[in-house]
Amino acid sequence: MSNAPNKTDMTVKDIKELIKLIDEYKLAEFKLEDGDLKLTIRSNTYAKDVPTAVQMVNPAAIVQAQPTIVSANATSPAEVAPSSNEISTDNLLEVKSPIVGTFYRASAPDKPPFLKVGDSIATGDVVCVVEAMKLFNEIESEVSGKVVKVLVEDASPVEYDQVLFLVDPNG
Amino acid sequence: MFEKILIANRGEIALRIIRTCKEMGIKTVAVYSTADRESLHVRFADEAVCIGPPSSTDSYLNVSKIMAAVEITNADAVHPGYGFLAENADFAEICTEYNVKFIGPSADMIRKMGDKATAKATMIKAKVPVVPGSKGLVANTAKGIDIANDIGYPVMIKATAGGGGKGMRIAWNDEEFQEGWDQAKQESKASFGNDGLYVEKFIEEPRHIEIQIVGDQYGNVIHLSERDCSIQRRHQKLVEECPSPFMTKPLRKKMGDAAIKAGKCINYEGLGTVEFLVDKHKDFYFMEMNTRIQVEHTVTEEVIDLDLIREQINVANGEEIRGKNYVPNMHAIECRINAEDPYNDFRPSPGKITSFHSSKGQGVRVDTHVYAGYTVPPYYDSMIAKLICRAKTREECITKMKRALDEFIVEGIKTTVPFHQQLMMDERFRSGDFDTSFMNDFELK
Repeated sequence: MSNAPNKTDMTVKDIKELIKLIDEYKLAEFKLEDGDLKLTIRSNTYAKDVPTAVQMVNPAAIVQAQPTIVSANATSPAEVAPSSNEISTDNLLEVKSPIVGTFYRASAPDKPPFLKVGDSIATGDVVCVVEAMKLFNEIESEVSGKVVKVLVEDASPVEYDQVLFLVDPNG
Repeated sequence: MFEKILIANRGEIALRIIRTCKEMGIKTVAVYSTADRESLHVRFADEAVCIGPPSSTDSYLNVSKIMAAVEITNADAVHPGYGFLAENADFAEICTEYNVKFIGPSADMIRKMGDKATAKATMIKAKVPVVPGSKGLVANTAKGIDIANDIGYPVMIKATAGGGGKGMRIAWNDEEFQEGWDQAKQESKASFGNDGLYVEKFIEEPRHIEIQIVGDQYGNVIHLSERDCSIQRRHQKLVEECPSPFMTKPLRKKMGDAAIKAGKCINYEGLGTVEFLVDKHKDFYFMEMNTRIQVEHTVTEEVIDLDLIREQINVANGEEIRGKNYVPNMHAIECRINAEDPYNDFRPSPGKITSFHSSKGQGVRVDTHVYAGYTVPPYYDSMIAKLICRAKTREECITKMKRALDEFIVEGIKTTVPFHQQLMMDERFRSGDFDTSFMNDFELK
């Protein structure tokens, strides 16, 4: 992108310009990496009047090597559940949904969730329930490790192969 | 009117349905297997749900996955397209149970026409001419040979659950009958899990002429004239046209009336096609009825200027059919462009399309889901585009089709374009004097 601001010049004005461009092109996410500078702007495509959220990442907080290519994803036709694949999954394992349905963290509304971030899980453990056509399917994990992130909200729709959890095998 | 339609299909027909829905202000949901992530129908739809891995059984043919997608998107109607679950009566029934409108006929209508032996018995009752043959399934070879001698050889032994040319054998005498019977039984069991057979007269050099009908929820049925689909290879249509070069006004009236009778006798709702075999004396015989939209519906659209998908949706929405039968006032031809190598026995040629230029210009229509950079997956049928031309006369139409084929460029995979190019120049094809045996003698140069 020839309009990408130089890291020494980036000001609030520049960021405002960027946000305008992102809105104009209806981008869901914009990432800029330039040496020490890492800028991520995400547009919430679901709430109409929510302003875009800007995150400026301190270079010192970056743990993993990032590619130096700017990537912009055009808004895909609204997928049933927003797929959060902007998280780097370099070292993490994914637990994906094998079926289409509604995702639930627990087996019933009054029961505790099967897992939370920080828990250790083993292959074969039930990690969640996906309900389809009134049938509740217990989903078993095919990986072991520590749960790093839960990517889907309770009671939201999921599709086949959608990533539900990220697990650190070394955790 | 429906708020949201889920299209339980893929490829060009899914795109076709989405386009009409957009025009009607209806939201669309696409379902797709992981092999179809980059497919156009996924991108064009308002919402898209991944339902499974590449295999059709685990995706497009999987009723529970499709119903789950209907559930989570709150679609109020499902359009099944053609193939896959389009003529699956159980699926139609489940949709009804879940209070989702199946855009097409009821499960009952599908069942009546889906089983070939039953369909034939129904037609006999309705006094629609049928191919002489056994009344329903034949128990054994002895009975079969009796029937064969009764109606006179040559005869065709056919599987009741059959389709796509499987489970069929021709017999010219008693010995061949015995052999053919055993083979057909085996093949039918293996392909469809059902080895029921029936016998009919083999119509020599027949033309395949089908009549498009529409029925509404109030018992009205009209016809939209014929399509000639005699150019077939192994019972797969390659080219379709309307009007049929063999058609006459009186014949159209007779066949149209018969098709309407067929529709009315089962109270048919939706778009359907009644297929007939027509012999050289212009005697016609009911073959089967397809209770769905067909690949070649486009040919009819071009000559009567109607959007048939829109008609399907309107009828499903409870609209009444007004007006009478439609007759063509132009000529249209469709060439099915498949990802196959015509120089190597038409074997499938999946892979990445590196460059793509589809034909354009006055009177040219292309229905396709492919584009440059698209990879044709090996898991589904090989059709990648439908090239339809229309003109005032058949001759002009063929000339236009040849011109259009010459500019249809696909690189990276093999296609059947060269076959169609040669066909358009073929004297016999141009004369209009051909039947379903045409491809037996056609040699690709």
